[in-house]
Amino acid sequence: MYFLIKRLLRMRPDGSSAASRGSLALVLHEAAYDLRISLRSPRARVMGIVFPIVLLVVFIGVFGNEHTLLGGARVSLKVFYVPGILAMSIVVNAYASLVISISGLRETGVLKRRRATPVSATVLIAGQALATVVNTAITATILLVIAKLVYGVGIAGPALLAIACTTLVGTLAFACIGYAVSGMIGSQEAAQPTVQMTMLPLWFISGVFIPVAKLSPALRDLADVFPVQHLANSLDLASVHSSFAASISATDMLVLAAWAVGAAAFSAWRFSWLPSDASR
Amino acid sequence: MTATGLRRSLPVVFTNSLDAAAAAGGPGPTGPVIRVQGLEKRYGEHEAVRGIDLEVHRGEIFAFLGPNGAGKTTTVEILEGFRQATDGSVEVLGQDPWCAPGSWRARLGIVLQESGAEPGLTTRECVALYAGYYPAPRNIDETLALVGLSEQAAERAAKLSGGQRRRLDVALALIGDPELIFLDEPTTGFDPSARRAAWEVVEGLRRLGKTIFLTTHYMEEAERLADRIAVIASGRIVAEGTPQTLGGRQLEATQITFRVSGEADLSGLPPGLAERVQRDEGGLLRLPSTAVTADLHELSGWALARGLELQALEVSRPTLEDVYLQLTSEE
Repeated sequence: MYFLIKRLLRMRPDGSSAASRGSLALVLHEAAYDLRISLRSPRARVMGIVFPIVLLVVFIGVFGNEHTLLGGARVSLKVFYVPGILAMSIVVNAYASLVISISGLRETGVLKRRRATPVSATVLIAGQALATVVNTAITATILLVIAKLVYGVGIAGPALLAIACTTLVGTLAFACIGYAVSGMIGSQEAAQPTVQMTMLPLWFISGVFIPVAKLSPALRDLADVFPVQHLANSLDLASVHSSFAASISATDMLVLAAWAVGAAAFSAWRFSWLPSDASR
Repeated sequence: MTATGLRRSLPVVFTNSLDAAAAAGGPGPTGPVIRVQGLEKRYGEHEAVRGIDLEVHRGEIFAFLGPNGAGKTTTVEILEGFRQATDGSVEVLGQDPWCAPGSWRARLGIVLQESGAEPGLTTRECVALYAGYYPAPRNIDETLALVGLSEQAAERAAKLSGGQRRRLDVALALIGDPELIFLDEPTTGFDPSARRAAWEVVEGLRRLGKTIFLTTHYMEEAERLADRIAVIASGRIVAEGTPQTLGGRQLEATQITFRVSGEADLSGLPPGLAERVQRDEGGLLRLPSTAVTADLHELSGWALARGLELQALEVSRPTLEDVYLQLTSEE
């Protein structure tokens, strides 16, 4: 992870240009700067890193001694909140932060200026998606380290690999959804309430803040349609199982992938690089 | 950026650019860089552009003027490939901008009317980010020096002043070493000295043979920089010409204005002048003239003969702004 970040942040401004070194170099170039922009944004740092840590501490502090059923096993709510808050942090980093950031960049004309260069839309989006993956990986690592060191909630090695896979698929799916939603939002002002309206209710019915076992069947069925529940469920499996196969759900991955494909198709149709109030 | 500092940096920065421009493909050295025929753009029922023709030649600075809502931005965005024309043909550097590949964009530099700073990045990092987008970018530090931002290289771009931010926009447009540069109101919000410094940059680009498509609301800017001007109003080109000839400006009468003390009797004026002279409400006398030397000679002879002083005497040609306002108010 450290080496990946270091490589991404390494600049070669005076050497050959990224564009002259091929598409992959260009994606890494875009990702390095997008990551830098994101890590330097106080809003993104608070929303994506501080907020999940605070919630983890608060939830475990308040409910940590209670128990629930998770993946068929009776576990402490400490064990429940680690994957739950991890799922939440992925949604915040890959969806909320991205929607707010894209809306802002579009409104201020930055996206339009980037599209005025020879870089393809695919490279710009892939670069931003890669930066988002690194962002979620940073937060996930911090959360898992706190879970282990402070609360003694450890994850088995193969299960950690499953968490990495779920995090990757989840991040890409929510980034696609982020692009799709930002295509529907006219201004940065509308971005904040939109992401809150779409995220908060799902956190409550998708096993992020409240164990699914405590929800009515109707709410569970409703949550099943949306991607948050599938992300949280797969991460839950990793917190109570130790083998890779038992720690990841193929169904959940397929549902997340389906959301990603649908959102990407919607974005291709609806996403605009130009400010919505662009004068004619 | 001081004008002196700018002049010093120009020869150094532009040394490799002429070769690059000459080596680039596309239309020949004399062919049009932009060719637009019968361009139309409709948004539903609204006709933003109603069939315009334009040609911009290599090495030319072409100013495109028009009031807000006249179809100017729509036209520029079609030329830049951001919007699709409803009808007509558009060729920029030999390609239809709407379906041109990335390699076509590498030959363009665009200073958008409004664009914010890249959040969180320093001035130099912004330029480095954009340098990475182009296959053969200019040197980053030389480009920063060119726009006079060397001292601000390590500052966050978002903290630059308005004028400095605009200069960063120009640096971002130049970093790919483009052949054709769109400057969309590049000096809006500049103070007079910053504007003059920016003009020096544009004139430096002209000396390199770059083609520049400029939109501006400042007539002084168009007059100072442009080789040719086109004026768009209500979606149509209403005039095209050099700054000196736009809208028949060279044929318009020169105005001789003056005052005479007291209630001088104008009836003694030579008949050729008397029939043209008009007194406005403030007592200023206006004499439209197409033969200025002869008219002035007669006028001063008349004043001397009566011991009168021609106060506040001025001879003025119609300004580009007068012509522009007349052209755009007719629509």
